[in-house]
Amino acid sequence: MKDEVQTPEERTANLKGMGSARKRVEDVRFTQGKGNYVDDIKLDGMLFGDFVRSPYAHARVVSVNKEAALALPGVIAVLTAEDLAPLGLHWMPTLAGDKQMVLADGKVLFQGQEVAFVVAEDRYIAADAVELVEVEYDELPVVVDPFKALEPDAPVLREDIAGNMEGAHGPRKHNNHIFTWEQGDKEGTEAVLSEADVVAEEMVYYHRTHPCPLETCGSVASMDKVTGKLTLWGTFQAPHAVRTVASLISGIAEHNIRVISPDIGGGFGNKVGVYPGYVCSIVASIVTGKPVKWVEDRMENLMSTAFARDYWMQGKIAATKEGKITGLWCHTTADHGGFDACADPTKFPAGFMNICTGSYDIPVAYLAVDGVYTNKAPGGVAYRCSFRVTEAAYFIERMIEVLAIKLNMDAAELRRINFISKEQFPYQSALGWEYDSGDYHTAWDKAMKAVDYDGLRAEQAQRLEDFKAGKTRKLMGIGLTHFTEIVGAGPVKNCDILGLGMFDSCEIRIHPTGSAIARLGTISQGQGHATTFAQIIASEIGLPADDITLEEGDTDTAPYGLGTYGSRSTPVAGAATAMAARKIRAKAQMIAAYLLEVHDDDVEFDIDRFVVKGAPERFKSMKEIAFAAYNQAIPGLEPGLEAVSYYDPPNMTYPFGAYICVLDIDVDTGVSDIRSFYALDDCGTRINPMIIEGQVHGGLTEALAIAMGQEIAYDEIGNVKTGTLMDFFIPTAWETPNYQTDWTTTPSPHHPIGAKGVGESPNVGGVPCFSNAVHDAFRPFGLTQSHMPHDHWRVWKTAHDLGLHE
Amino acid sequence: MIPAGFDYHRPADIASAIAIIQQHGDEARVIAGGHSLIPMMKLRMADLSHIVDLQAIDGLKGITVSGGTADIGAMVTQNDLITNDDLAAALPILREAALQIADPQVRYVGTVGGNVANGDPGNDMPGLMQCLGATYTLAGPDGSREVAAREFYEAAYFTARDDEEILTRISIPVPAAGTGYAYEKQKRKIGDYATAAAAVLIRVENGTCTEASVAMTNLADTPVWSQEAAAALVGSNLDDNARQAAVRAAVDATEPVADNRGPVAFKKHVAAVILRRAIDRAADRAS
Ligand SMILES: Cc1cc2nc3c(=O)[nH]c(=O)nc-3n(C[C@H](O)[C@H](O)[C@H](O)COP(=O)(O)OP(=O)(O)OC[C@H]3O[C@@H](n4cnc5c(N)ncnc54)[C@H](O)[C@@H]3O)c2cc1C
Repeated sequence: MKDEVQTPEERTANLKGMGSARKRVEDVRFTQGKGNYVDDIKLDGMLFGDFVRSPYAHARVVSVNKEAALALPGVIAVLTAEDLAPLGLHWMPTLAGDKQMVLADGKVLFQGQEVAFVVAEDRYIAADAVELVEVEYDELPVVVDPFKALEPDAPVLREDIAGNMEGAHGPRKHNNHIFTWEQGDKEGTEAVLSEADVVAEEMVYYHRTHPCPLETCGSVASMDKVTGKLTLWGTFQAPHAVRTVASLISGIAEHNIRVISPDIGGGFGNKVGVYPGYVCSIVASIVTGKPVKWVEDRMENLMSTAFARDYWMQGKIAATKEGKITGLWCHTTADHGGFDACADPTKFPAGFMNICTGSYDIPVAYLAVDGVYTNKAPGGVAYRCSFRVTEAAYFIERMIEVLAIKLNMDAAELRRINFISKEQFPYQSALGWEYDSGDYHTAWDKAMKAVDYDGLRAEQAQRLEDFKAGKTRKLMGIGLTHFTEIVGAGPVKNCDILGLGMFDSCEIRIHPTGSAIARLGTISQGQGHATTFAQIIASEIGLPADDITLEEGDTDTAPYGLGTYGSRSTPVAGAATAMAARKIRAKAQMIAAYLLEVHDDDVEFDIDRFVVKGAPERFKSMKEIAFAAYNQAIPGLEPGLEAVSYYDPPNMTYPFGAYICVLDIDVDTGVSDIRSFYALDDCGTRINPMIIEGQVHGGLTEALAIAMGQEIAYDEIGNVKTGTLMDFFIPTAWETPNYQTDWTTTPSPHHPIGAKGVGESPNVGGVPCFSNAVHDAFRPFGLTQSHMPHDHWRVWKTAHDLGLHE
Repeated sequence: MIPAGFDYHRPADIASAIAIIQQHGDEARVIAGGHSLIPMMKLRMADLSHIVDLQAIDGLKGITVSGGTADIGAMVTQNDLITNDDLAAALPILREAALQIADPQVRYVGTVGGNVANGDPGNDMPGLMQCLGATYTLAGPDGSREVAAREFYEAAYFTARDDEEILTRISIPVPAAGTGYAYEKQKRKIGDYATAAAAVLIRVENGTCTEASVAMTNLADTPVWSQEAAAALVGSNLDDNARQAAVRAAVDATEPVADNRGPVAFKKHVAAVILRRAIDRAADRAS
């Protein structure tokens, strides 16, 4: 037999299990144009929907005249709030405990808000009909600044809840106020601040941006009036939750709804929420009895579906003269737009912003977040991060730099002396989290050495001299970041979305010939689940990853799960996968023992087989065991070989990393040139190093975009100024620097395979790193803080304001 | 992002194209590469019932360089400008500029005729053509006429071309051998129009600048061709004072507007920096 001549190393390699840089199985279809996205779905008699959207940011809707639109041949219906009201669907619940208009109910609250839904026989007629719907508006005063929104005489945006001072997350202080969320020890922190040697204070603004996935949002709803079944294809990062929510708000029994997320062209949080387009396509299908497709265009995606960030973070950080941090204080004003449609676990209205003590051992801290309504699009999603973790990381990593300036210390050394040390894990943070594992000093030292940190600082000092001597107009900046994330939401005891616990699931079926299918409650949007989860199973049960099909996204076949975002797939569904595989392995052990005619305890698992302890030549391969499961009558055992696991994680996981960016800034033009970027990630056990590297490259590139140019900007009357990709920055290969990736491995102690999740780390750590590099270049001239994005004119303005153009 | 309905015409010669335009008046518009026009149609900022595609007209194609003149058909793509060896030898500034327009996908389809006829202040070719002293040939119902690029641009999207005329060819005098050139552009990213761009030609004989031409892009509603800037250079030995004076003269003639690329003060500052770099590079290249 072939097996007998193979070494253990060869047998392990055959499996392409954990640790293997297995090629992505998804790419075969994607690179050949054979993906199947929502917009690829074509059904007989399918109709098309398109929105009439508000040109105003705040206005009363006086009237909607549909006549001319309905008169256009091919137009089937024009829906307005009045049409949806009898069904109770003119408003819908948001994930944040608020409600949101599906179609404008008397007024509009942001530019691009959905006013009417046109349904027509083809996409072109629908677009023409949109132009023919006449809407009369009465403009109202616009509020785009969250601080002005809270002034006593500010216009009331949400008249539907005016005067109702009890919100979903406690008392409201003002009609435009949504919630106050407080964490930590206010008095204790204030006491430390008042007595500290040094207190650095700064306003850190993380501007509004947008996940902007390559594929925009869309859905196809098909109501079969004969069977009463609704099938809904859509760009859903959480298909099961969508099914439950659709059932709850439509009244259709949950077993009569089938939700399918087909291939998804990137999500980054943009596809977590529920959008009016989904609801309208469902209603239109119910009304017409025909399938209805709705797919937004790029401008609609940028201006109306969920934005990210927009946090004004006022910080104070206290330290001793020697630089030991003694306390951290933060007050955040969070701009949520017209409706609170943040995608956060229910009990966390500001997500996991309370991870803002970062990688540092800070004895006492206090955080308060005030959510505010403005005339901007709703959202506040976790754009390639776990619920507000990137805001938290940006805040602390800027505050560390600001403190270093105040102390006149090197920022690398300041970090070093404040890191939580390896011995302190599991570490209880001042704001309530239990960090599972970490070894920050080792990672930091490795990073410092890899980039020759001292050499870089010497070069920078020389450059500064040359600059002052008029020999160059370029400044050099060195950006540092050590971030700690909190991902893998999460334990059902404190994490739920709309009451649904945030466990996840995996079901594995082994076929008689030793291949398998696994289904999960998550859904890949580019993360490569079909590749990596098969690798987990391969290592756990000893069947080759190439023989394992992985399916996600169809609620009729996959086990219930909460979906993919917040780096939760590997920490939660990946754990479920390992646990389900272990159930199979346990049964396989009994089958092997039966076949080998020994006691269960006398066989042990060995790569791809069970061997008799002490007699490795006596074994049964997993393939043989699989077949036996289907053809042997084994006393006391049911036939078949399959298992399902629903995994409720005991804790979050805490990936971390050390990033260093070097850039050169042309002070005359504001152009920054990223010279190098070193990224060390510790995501615990590494399942597929190639996929990790790809995820890091992608996340860093999105971080580059956000830090250096990407924003959703509004003018003072609420017009979106960055509504197309001409102005909304998406880097191409040209703008993207070369990245140097590296790693350390500190497994999670509570995760079955020790994995922590990595897809979002580079965005969380990358943004402060790029930003810190820009700030660092100007540090010798007295800059402590400036606002992102660091595009040409803002950098130029910084230089200008510092007198560098004189 | 879905255009309104339109009829599509694909005439085989210039006369037929003009006839279709005459028939439909301002309901009709010619389309070349479509990379400026189609976005406007998708945004429904251009609402046209008739699109007259120029792709099939052979008379609008081809590049020849002879007798001290480069003759470029309106339908020559921006990519052709980059890959044509005769042009690279005679007018290397065309390649330098074309490489800074948009991205390869746009350049494969976008035409030089569309770029200069469009009248968008963001387009790079109009300023470049003014710098080079190019002449445009316009064919209309009453025959052909020639208009200098320096006389062509009236305001944003308004040019000397009549609605019923088609821009057929561009002719460019080939600069004397050894003429220094530079096209310098600052943009936010690949695929972006200029924050500021400058085209410069400088001829130096015996250490003295004998000819110069300076034009700038996206800093006013038409290209800024500055005779004063050229005058500041000509006759000088290209010392720092002359270069500074040229920059001052050209930038004084700009009237940028604030947009997402930045406020006016920033644009004027960058315009000066970019122009100075273009002058320096052109001067270095002059021999
Ligand atoms: C993403 C992107 C980035 C870009 N960046 C740049 C840039 O940096 N710099 C730059 O210069 N351009 C840029 N462009 C524009 C691009 O170069 C266009 O191709 C060019 O402006 C127009 O050429 P066209 O052949 O596509 O013309 P079309 O779009 O077909 O036509 C443009 C206009 O000119 C008219 N027209 C075309 N040909 C003729 C003719 N022969 N006679 C009379 N009228 C005519 C049309 O009726 C229309 O009004 C960019 C375009 C895109 C999509």
